[in-house]
Amino acid sequence: MSATVAPAPPALDVETREALYRSMILLRVFEKRAHDLFLQNLVKGTSHLGLGQEAIAAGFAHAMRPDDWTFATYRGHNHTLARGADPGAVMAELLGRANGVLHGKGGSMHVGDASKGAMGSYAIIGAHLPVAAGAAWSAKLRGTEQVAVCFFGDGTTNIGAFHEALNLASVWKLPAVFVCENNLYMEYTPIASVTAVPNPAADRAAAYGLESWIVDGNDVEACYGAALAAYERARAGRGPALIEAKTYRHGGHSRADPAAYRPKGELEAWLARDPIETYRARLREHGVAQEAIDAFDAAALALVDRATEEAKNGPLPAPESVTTNVWADGGSAWRN
Amino acid sequence: MAQLTYRDAVAAGVAQEMERDPNVVILGEDIAAAGGVFKTTVGLLERFGPDRVWDTPISEQAILGAAMGAAMTGLRPVAEIMFSDFLAVCWDIVANQIAKTRYMSDGQVTIPLVVKTGNGGGLRFGAQHSQAVENWAMAIPGLKVVAPSTPADVKGMMAAAIRDPDPVIFFEAKGLYPTTGEVPDGEHVVPLGAANVVRDGKDCTVLALGAMVPRALDAAERLAREGIDAQIVDVRSLVPLDARTILSAASASGRVFTVEENPRLCGWGAEIASLIGEECFYDLDAPVVRITTPHVPLPSADVLEDAARPSVERIASTIAREMAR
Repeated sequence: MSATVAPAPPALDVETREALYRSMILLRVFEKRAHDLFLQNLVKGTSHLGLGQEAIAAGFAHAMRPDDWTFATYRGHNHTLARGADPGAVMAELLGRANGVLHGKGGSMHVGDASKGAMGSYAIIGAHLPVAAGAAWSAKLRGTEQVAVCFFGDGTTNIGAFHEALNLASVWKLPAVFVCENNLYMEYTPIASVTAVPNPAADRAAAYGLESWIVDGNDVEACYGAALAAYERARAGRGPALIEAKTYRHGGHSRADPAAYRPKGELEAWLARDPIETYRARLREHGVAQEAIDAFDAAALALVDRATEEAKNGPLPAPESVTTNVWADGGSAWRN
Repeated sequence: MAQLTYRDAVAAGVAQEMERDPNVVILGEDIAAAGGVFKTTVGLLERFGPDRVWDTPISEQAILGAAMGAAMTGLRPVAEIMFSDFLAVCWDIVANQIAKTRYMSDGQVTIPLVVKTGNGGGLRFGAQHSQAVENWAMAIPGLKVVAPSTPADVKGMMAAAIRDPDPVIFFEAKGLYPTTGEVPDGEHVVPLGAANVVRDGKDCTVLALGAMVPRALDAAERLAREGIDAQIVDVRSLVPLDARTILSAASASGRVFTVEENPRLCGWGAEIASLIGEECFYDLDAPVVRITTPHVPLPSADVLEDAARPSVERIASTIAREMAR
């Protein structure tokens, strides 16, 4: 087993760097706000935040074409927003409002915006890997050169659908890119304690005849570079990629989890490698003025403030909508 | 009219739609080069080529997941799950993903696909290759569920299922694959959600599905000799359900029997009996009687399997006994 570092990004212009930063900071501010709104009991049910994992969502999304597809997990706010979904509509979904992006039918664990290529968040571990393979199959058959990009956690590498999807995608040479966000924990348990290999995704790539790519998931440019390389290969008909992005979840698994199981000092060590803080420093090294960075931060905050207001002020869904949109005719009739 | 076997009618229905719509593709284990283990896809690879007819690994989650992803993005896949028992290994994709994603997205995506699967007993394959599981599928909101009993309906309902914008679970009665029947020439489509009165009769109404339909018809001939004139309704489509035809038949005869291959508890007939009880109770002369496989796994030995599934003899004798009360 020899995992290799994913291809490095090409030389990036300042506009690309700024765009990557703006994407990350929006996700960060949004997720922090979502957390605040949980504490105010405005978000019901559960929620799984992507705090700390923004570089992966931003880097991989920015490298996509508008007609590429994203398939996300229940930790999917980042990935949906990174495709350009309206933050107000996503926030309203978390609050169960009629102006939510799914009109209250999906909630936090299922956010998506198909009009932006965000094909939904899937809350059963592993399920969306074969679905993404199917979208890629459709692109291949129709000759559209679209790519299906599927994000999942380290825990997903231990469920059967992972194996089935990777094998099928490889055998059929599908334009699918599978991105494992290894944040070191499957829910509450260290992934290393329940996985036979040290790199849960990368060490298994060989089993599917794929190259073994590892990328620093806290480095947005590294993610962007790996994405560009993988998408180019996929569009050229050279088959799928499996990329393991090493990262860290700043919070617990879900709203209910204070993450007390983490060893002392681990969080602090990873916070020192925070994808946003470190990228601010890099932007400055590349000559981006602090004022410009502050302006990006302020813009993200303003956007999330507005999203919060739209969500809080959004109407509640009409109870009658319970029985709409089961079927393509808009209804739910099962009998005449 | 051409005489076709039930199994050839499956391929004929798929072929008719593949000819009509280039977005129709088919995938499954052994379905391309081998023509299917039950030979229900013979000739499709030769006629439509490897870009539209795909052999898969033994990966039921990947088969149905791929079908779903393709359906969400513009294709109309037909996916074969060889034995309906195997739906259990990909039930997450069926029940959580295919069935619910349209609703959870409030209509952002539609999932026009068909899952075709060999269902039910009669081949002595034992408990893991013989189950009738139409009631599993019927219990999940978001799935359409059909189970034709004749070659004509197989072809016509396959066509309708492929054209339908929603996911359809298409149960093929394994025991009927070698049976033959007339199939109309030319384009043939039988709408989903329409029950079919296949034998008129005034004394009682017998609701049957799939492999139980020909048995109910044979039982009706026996009953006729005993002076009981049984109406036979081929339910054909569980979701959507043709409640109108079923309720009006029940009201007219006042006596209703179901003949179900699925095991007793929560079988499809239970829902229909409940519907009849709620909506035409006062038209009934006696309680609805359900004739089902008992609530057991299906055994393998021929005498045991025959004892478990509703037989012509059991159908006829149960109806005769109940009608004599």
